Amino acid sequence: MVFLSNLVNGISLGSIYAIIALGYTMVYGIAKMLNFAHGDVIMVGAYIVFCAAQYWNLPPVLCVIAAMLVCTLLGITIEKLAYKPLRQATGLAVLITAIGMSYLLQNTALLIWGANPKVFPSLFALDTIWLFNGQLAIKPETLITIAANIVIMTALTLFIAKTKTGKAMRCVSEDRGAAELMGINVNRTISVTFAIGSALAAIAGLLLCSSYPQLMPTTGSMPGIKAFTAAVFGGIGSIPGAMLGGVLLGVIEIFGKAYISTELGDAIVFAVLIIVLLVRPTGLLGKPIREKV
Amino acid sequence: MKKIIALVLVLCLALAASAALAEDLVLKIAHIGPQTGGAAVYGLATYRGAKIAADEISDADNGIKVELLNEDDTHDAEKAVNAYNNVMEQGAQMIVGTTTTAPCIAVGAKAFEERVFMLTPSASSTDVTADKDNVYQLCFTDPNQGSASAAVINEKKLGTKIAVIYNNADAYSTGIYQTFKTKAEDLGLEIVSTTTFTDETTDFSVQVADAKDKGADLVFLPIYYTPASQILIASSSIGYTPTFFGVDGMDGILTLEGFDTSLAEGVMLLTPFVADAKDELTVNFVAKYQEQYKEVPNQFAADAYDCIYAMVEAAKIAGVQTGDAAEDICDNMIAAMQQLKITGLTGAMTWSANGEVDKVPTAMIIKDGKYVGLDN
Repeated sequence: MVFLSNLVNGISLGSIYAIIALGYTMVYGIAKMLNFAHGDVIMVGAYIVFCAAQYWNLPPVLCVIAAMLVCTLLGITIEKLAYKPLRQATGLAVLITAIGMSYLLQNTALLIWGANPKVFPSLFALDTIWLFNGQLAIKPETLITIAANIVIMTALTLFIAKTKTGKAMRCVSEDRGAAELMGINVNRTISVTFAIGSALAAIAGLLLCSSYPQLMPTTGSMPGIKAFTAAVFGGIGSIPGAMLGGVLLGVIEIFGKAYISTELGDAIVFAVLIIVLLVRPTGLLGKPIREKV
Repeated sequence: MKKIIALVLVLCLALAASAALAEDLVLKIAHIGPQTGGAAVYGLATYRGAKIAADEISDADNGIKVELLNEDDTHDAEKAVNAYNNVMEQGAQMIVGTTTTAPCIAVGAKAFEERVFMLTPSASSTDVTADKDNVYQLCFTDPNQGSASAAVINEKKLGTKIAVIYNNADAYSTGIYQTFKTKAEDLGLEIVSTTTFTDETTDFSVQVADAKDKGADLVFLPIYYTPASQILIASSSIGYTPTFFGVDGMDGILTLEGFDTSLAEGVMLLTPFVADAKDELTVNFVAKYQEQYKEVPNQFAADAYDCIYAMVEAAKIAGVQTGDAAEDICDNMIAAMQQLKITGLTGAMTWSANGEVDKVPTAMIIKDGKYVGLDN
């Protein structure tokens, strides 16, 4: 029973990582850049939901829509202001800009919402599900997160496979120069990618803070890094990979803490990343990249 | 026209002269603490508490003015030393700070070499005062809290099987845990589960499940209130309701925005300051703090408030004059601190030669969303 309850906790944590990892992997897969500010867009999304629910008393659905709108606008603005001017620059320059953007968002949040942590309100008015005579508790947040993961993963896969914009995204991902020559508006495609990634961040922020109801300006950073690890673990750029990597990472983290040592929880997570990268450099579901000579 | 200007000038001179005649003692005290970053909540609280005390003293017109300098150290030892250099260049005579332990150790070493008197409101590790005669603490030391908690649990028979959840990335939490463990073993208390977390931990399900599995009836939480709130939420979600026992870091849990305070019902803690207390000093302070900063002060703010009063009293005993250099008054301040007896928001205090404060921790329990003495 202890094993089962650890497994449930692991999947619960993992599905949170997965939903954040989806945003990372989506932007990386298409724009070929690591948006390290993703975790902080999640934090902004969570704050918007918090304000909408706590101060403006909006119904839950409107809270989520408000957060998605703000995050989408924020994502597009960040992309236009910080990343677009660096389109021709080296990958390293963009990476450093993204880290700078992450700190900018954190400190702006500190200015607006202050340093005091806030406890996130519970938006889902559902009760915990008890199994096996009350020995195993499943939180409704866990089920909602898993459902959201599956819906978003399917929707993203279909969007990229079936729509015209999705096709453009795949082209940009494969060869940006050639895509431009074929008349695809690369800048717009990348902006759309950021918009979708940021809207996902708003949902991830809501789900993260619903499961772990602690909200402060640094809330997004550690889950962001873990989710990035999950995305690399599953194969960065691969949408099912992000989901698989996220869930596995969550389960590994909880099992590591429960059966090895709580002190080594994070060390185990990152050790797994190193081992996976040594054995399978492209991650579990990543496509091997052939170097042409 | 010239006459008018001359008249004005003369008047100005006269005013300046009369101000100089009153000869207010101006003390330049510098506050250093984290005001941005993850620990900002503590540094902001100590700054605000100190500011209120400084303004009170300056406005009282008792011939003493406190000029409060302020620097942010972002809870980083290196930045704290830079902050220290900055305030010393601005002519600081003594330092209230630093707020958090690691920066305080770094700044304390530098201040020891340069002979600058420091009184920290909240850096509670014994490493802060060790081998440094110039650093004084106004908060309890970690060992003091750990052993006092074990003693109270034993004396009041609060639990037979104890679980501890502590932050092993934090010197404060680890320090209290270690002395708690030693004292608990001495007293024959049984610790059945010990689990840890770090500042980055979001998920507390494993720690809480371990305590529940091992049948702990009391969970000792030598941690700050933010992770404590998460532990209370995680416990309630699996229907686990032991007695929770915290230390001074638990103070603040009732004012955490969005937190369902019914979860904190029955939580016990050792704390020197209670914002709900009805004595005049506390009521005034809380009212001023709420008016200026729109929130209820925590014990960090109260400690810093007491710090300023203690420093001003000590400066009077030491005979500090306006413009005295920090290194010239340091030894006198140290001597004065050991004679000082003062009663502030956090109780009656005296200091020993090693810089540790002597005051009584009180055990409190949360009842109907308020702190009540455990003995009541």
